[in-house]
Amino acid sequence: MASKEKIEVPVMADLFAKGEKPEYLFWVGCAGAFDDRYKKVARAFTLILNHLKVNYAVLGTEETCTGDPARRAGNEMIFQMQALTVIEILNGYEVKNIITICPHCYNVFKNEYPELGGNYNVINYTKFLKQQIDSGNLKVKSEIFKDRKITYHDPCYLGRCNDIYDAPREVLDLIPSEKVEMKRNKSLALCCGAGGGQMFKEAEKGDKEIFIERTEDALETGADIIATACPFCMTMLTDGIKYKNKEEEIENYDIAELIAISLDL
Amino acid sequence: MLKVAIGQSKMVIRPVSAIMHILVYVGFIIINIEMLEILIDGIFGTHRLFAFFGNIYNILISVFEFLAIGVILACIVFLIRRNIIRLKRFWNREMTLWPRTDANIILITEILLMSAILLMNAADTLLQSHAAAHYVNVGNFPVSSVIKPVLADLSVSNLIFIERFCWWFHIVGVLAFLNYIPYSKHFHVFLAFPNVYYSKLKPKGELYNMPSITREVKLLLSENNETAAEEEAAEEGTFGAKDVRDLTWKNLMDAYTCTECGRCTSSCPASITGKKLSPRKIIMDTRDRLEIVGKNINRKGKELDDGQSLFNYITHEELWACTTCNACTQDCPVNIDHVSIIIDLRRYLVMEEASAPGELNSIFTNIENNGAPWQFSPEDRLLWTKN
Repeated sequence: MASKEKIEVPVMADLFAKGEKPEYLFWVGCAGAFDDRYKKVARAFTLILNHLKVNYAVLGTEETCTGDPARRAGNEMIFQMQALTVIEILNGYEVKNIITICPHCYNVFKNEYPELGGNYNVINYTKFLKQQIDSGNLKVKSEIFKDRKITYHDPCYLGRCNDIYDAPREVLDLIPSEKVEMKRNKSLALCCGAGGGQMFKEAEKGDKEIFIERTEDALETGADIIATACPFCMTMLTDGIKYKNKEEEIENYDIAELIAISLDL
Repeated sequence: MLKVAIGQSKMVIRPVSAIMHILVYVGFIIINIEMLEILIDGIFGTHRLFAFFGNIYNILISVFEFLAIGVILACIVFLIRRNIIRLKRFWNREMTLWPRTDANIILITEILLMSAILLMNAADTLLQSHAAAHYVNVGNFPVSSVIKPVLADLSVSNLIFIERFCWWFHIVGVLAFLNYIPYSKHFHVFLAFPNVYYSKLKPKGELYNMPSITREVKLLLSENNETAAEEEAAEEGTFGAKDVRDLTWKNLMDAYTCTECGRCTSSCPASITGKKLSPRKIIMDTRDRLEIVGKNINRKGKELDDGQSLFNYITHEELWACTTCNACTQDCPVNIDHVSIIIDLRRYLVMEEASAPGELNSIFTNIENNGAPWQFSPEDRLLWTKN
């Protein structure tokens, strides 16, 4: 992947100034913008969008937190301040379609913004990629992962919270490789431990960290790649792999990265 | 919803208990037909009134007998799982003496009631062969005929005593049990249906909105501060939930519907990793608090403040351990929504008491100041495109 070069990303304000209205808004999210590991996922997905010649733009410096972590942590006031601000920006640009990579942003846009006056067609990137596969637009020829074994970890906010179980798996099926399920998968999948504001605080006292319990599920499968689709799951499972000293044996990639690598982007 | 409530589709995730539960469930419902006959017989002094159905009657009673033995066996297995194997989910911290006893009382009562039917039928068929008066000749039934040899040597009057005793035991037992149910976790046999009917149909990830906050925020954003101040003064009530009165009626029905099976807790990541949070405890605490509030109202009138709240039952530590992953709501066979109670209590802690853990207070500050949970400037939001 082009890890060091600057990549081309159209910005909404620039396009709008030129009188253009992109078809999709790509919502990068705070993790995509600021988390060192997850920035790579934002880059990978952008490269895919460019490769597919999608008509999109990002908000850039105008983007701000959706308010989701505040809401889950009980701070409805800050959530709604953020939400109403974001909705004003989006409506100002007459946004119709939003693509998200973060499932938490997805959930809040899709399920919680309509009541506050934000009505958009919200698409999780795994569903977007699936559509591109179905329309014949996205094809993978590379066999770079042919000898690898991939296990997919269901993020709670895609799976249980929004019933998206198949799209991520179908996208992974595009990549020639062996797939294996963890014993707790789909609606029974164990949380990585980061939801509900846990990402930002120490866990309460217990016998074990949740991310270690989940990493063990993944290790048990004998896979050498854990595929994730959420910035928080990415952080937690990466920590789990480090904790278990298994960095040599197993890697953690986002689905977007696996596709980008397969496309040699 | 029909599938969840009547078809028990969410039970099948754990097949062993699902099969046994369906046996008891079907047994309970179908044997009610026999209950009806017993009641009518009792009122009009008839005996086996439905016998005029002929063969159908025999088939029916035979089915009841198989169900009865099925219920007995299932209840025995349930007792073994609870008391001998001691499955972890029946022995969590919140499963104190009363919840464990309640479960055993229910199972033992069911075994006794079903045994009474079988014993009654055995004595009845023996009386038929003795041609005792009043005992209509309806023939043998499959399960009770196995017990018959045990009673074979008894005199007619003893047999009549056994048959009558079982008949009375069954009817009085069932009626007494019905009175026990509302005081017990067994209430789920009634509430499961309305509770599933009224459960949330929206995606699990969706939290309910607080319009009172929307009003405030809109006023703040509109910079019309005068009206804002007026409206704020008019604003009443608390944000979030402190006590059961602040929860919704559905939250409270959830509390009474819970049968303490513990599927939620056994799939909760916090509980699995030994944290204090147990979704079942949240629901049981809500119910226990509601009971106390109810008793206070009965005793001292509506306005009584006993100085207690849900926070005397549920600790902050439990509330902050939730990842909102919805494993509990997913696994609950009767669609209880644990997460909405947890979030409402968190809302109270944050908005009324400002007592969130320090790290969460810093994300609130960061989101407010720089629009991200981390301390980064919004100006840097495109740096990811550069390297």
